[in-house]
Amino acid sequence: MTRKSTQPAPEAVNGSQVRINVHHVTRVEGHGNIVVDVRNGTLERCELEIIETPRFFEAMLRGRPYTQASHITSRICGICACGHATASLRATERALSVQLSDQTVLLRRLVMHGEMLDSHILHVYMLVAPDFLGVGSVIPLATSHPDIVKRALRMKQFAGDLCAAFAGRHTHPIAMTVGGFTHFPSRQQVQALRERAEALRADVDATVELFATLPYPQFERETEFVALVQPDDYGFIDGMIGSTDHPPRPVDEYRQVTNERLAVHSTAKHTAHQRESYMVGALARFNLKHMHLHPRAQAAAAHLGLSAPCFKPYYNSVAQVVEIVHCVEDVIRLLDTALERGIVPEDPAPVTLRPGARGVGAVDVPRGVLFHEYQIGEDGLIQEANCVIPTGQNLGNIDRDMRALVPTLLSEPEDVITHRLEMLVRAYDPCISCSTHFLNVEFVGK
Amino acid sequence: MLAKPKVAFFDFTSCEGCQLTVIDTLQTHLGLLDLVEIVQFREAMSEKGDDYQIAFIEGSCTRESDEQRLRAIRQQAVIVVALGACAHLGGVNAMKNRWPIEDVQTYVYGRAGRDLYESYPARPISDVIEVDYAIPGCPIDRQEFVRTVQYLLQGRKPRLPDHPLCVECKLAENACLNKLGKPCLGPITRAGCHAICPSHGDGCEGCRGFISEANFTYMREILRGHGLSDVEIDAQFTMFNYYQLAAMGVDAPLSQINGNGHRRHAADAEALPASTFAAPKEA
Repeated sequence: MTRKSTQPAPEAVNGSQVRINVHHVTRVEGHGNIVVDVRNGTLERCELEIIETPRFFEAMLRGRPYTQASHITSRICGICACGHATASLRATERALSVQLSDQTVLLRRLVMHGEMLDSHILHVYMLVAPDFLGVGSVIPLATSHPDIVKRALRMKQFAGDLCAAFAGRHTHPIAMTVGGFTHFPSRQQVQALRERAEALRADVDATVELFATLPYPQFERETEFVALVQPDDYGFIDGMIGSTDHPPRPVDEYRQVTNERLAVHSTAKHTAHQRESYMVGALARFNLKHMHLHPRAQAAAAHLGLSAPCFKPYYNSVAQVVEIVHCVEDVIRLLDTALERGIVPEDPAPVTLRPGARGVGAVDVPRGVLFHEYQIGEDGLIQEANCVIPTGQNLGNIDRDMRALVPTLLSEPEDVITHRLEMLVRAYDPCISCSTHFLNVEFVGK
Repeated sequence: MLAKPKVAFFDFTSCEGCQLTVIDTLQTHLGLLDLVEIVQFREAMSEKGDDYQIAFIEGSCTRESDEQRLRAIRQQAVIVVALGACAHLGGVNAMKNRWPIEDVQTYVYGRAGRDLYESYPARPISDVIEVDYAIPGCPIDRQEFVRTVQYLLQGRKPRLPDHPLCVECKLAENACLNKLGKPCLGPITRAGCHAICPSHGDGCEGCRGFISEANFTYMREILRGHGLSDVEIDAQFTMFNYYQLAAMGVDAPLSQINGNGHRRHAADAEALPASTFAAPKEA
């Protein structure tokens, strides 16, 4: 069977038959369809079809120099470009026994914080907020709520400029290389970013206030959460693989967590760990390491009504707002450290080539934990590659949420069910071009 | 040109980074929304209109079902603009064309993947439909996007530079990376990005495509001078331009184009091994 991107939308048959078929769910990154099939009042089928074209990055990396890997894999996703580049670099560096300088670690963290902010601001303001403000997109919002849109763009511009100062560009980073960086900003640039970050606090507070007023659906389903954990930090790069069901594992054991398998209805692979599915992303990180959040972020969580453990998937957007608060505070702290130490141009750390070197890189990117694994030959050419992407890890959990949610909504009109399901999928902030791409709702009978 | 033209954005096989760059452009050019009416932009909006004059298309064509969608867009739009390297050149997607399609399908999805997921060798959209203009790059340059929109609104024809990146790199007062021993494709690559990569210490990778009079022989000599092997040089040339070079056939400046994998099928697809590394366990 070949998966086509266009199918005729089936019609509702009668009261007990609902066929919902949402093609190309909008305001998500990538292409997917939601399919709901209820016959004689029983839910027969409910799933998120991923119809993104497969892209085959893992196959393309074979035979290419390790030096190209991070620039190729950043092209998996325009939104998580820095995250893919960082996971790729960490896989290569761990395979080739590269010891990073403290400065490199610091600058990489700043880049990841920039990307986390950029992606979360895009998601909560431009993709999620329109659902609550009664508009179809950010474009009418620019007329109806210009202050909100301008604030979002102002915050996003800071995030992009932060990435650009250290990595050259957010989509796609240039200056991050195996062992370090190829470009370093001036002290004045760093100082200017520090001042802008501090000035951003007013926008951050206004963001928390806005999202504290929105009526999030209270749907709840207990599940397993997976995120990278560090002993005393709310970090995004390296660490152990934490789970709400299992003690932490080293990142090298990621395959025991992800257990990738094919799903016929998805060009993105599904995963399962301790149960049928698990969730990654901001809510998973919040549930696993909220104690390490900056006090201002903890206060924001309390104000937004978010407390761990939270099993409400719609609250993933709320957890993203909390992470926005945390990242801005942490960026201020990290920039202070950079100013205190001074940023000194340095050559990338050396690599050690040896036959069949393997390494795993793990980064908690905006949508959840991302793994890259490479095997690199003594000639410096990549022999094998594997990438396990956050949205792929969430797909099984989205399907199970939808199956639990739909029976509670059957008395509602189809457009309400559709909208609620689209909002659910959007709450996960799926990034389908990563996991291949995403969204449509197909209702087949109520 | 109409007073307020209707514009639509479409995506095919890509990372959607060029559309994201368009959204980012609003940070500095929010007024663009007053000049055009955006009727379709799936990544950013739910509203959907099929009445448009200008279509911006991101992504490569990588399956038969894409062709139909592309032709429908062409039929509606007065002006079609290829947005970014994937649409313009085939871009990174075409790196897979080096192998028969069954090989990459099996590597990533296992044996079952060959039947489940439709795909064929990546093509630039101009290989399927007539394209009026291109905004090159991976991703596109924001200023070039704004300038292109400005030209289209004024009824002028946007033109791409056909001189090498080195010109802009000199204007940026960068030290020459090739002189410093770092591989850089600037001498054969189309200018227009203000040499953003060399300005950040990284050699040009050719994402804007090659100039029409590219001297591949001398470029190869320069890269050899850096101690790069033939395999490494091919990798440099083909990160974004595999499709173009493969289309050149025997004239391609590559040591191992692998017999134009992009037109081949595996001789014995059944014998291809499923990778234990990337492919999931078969059910």
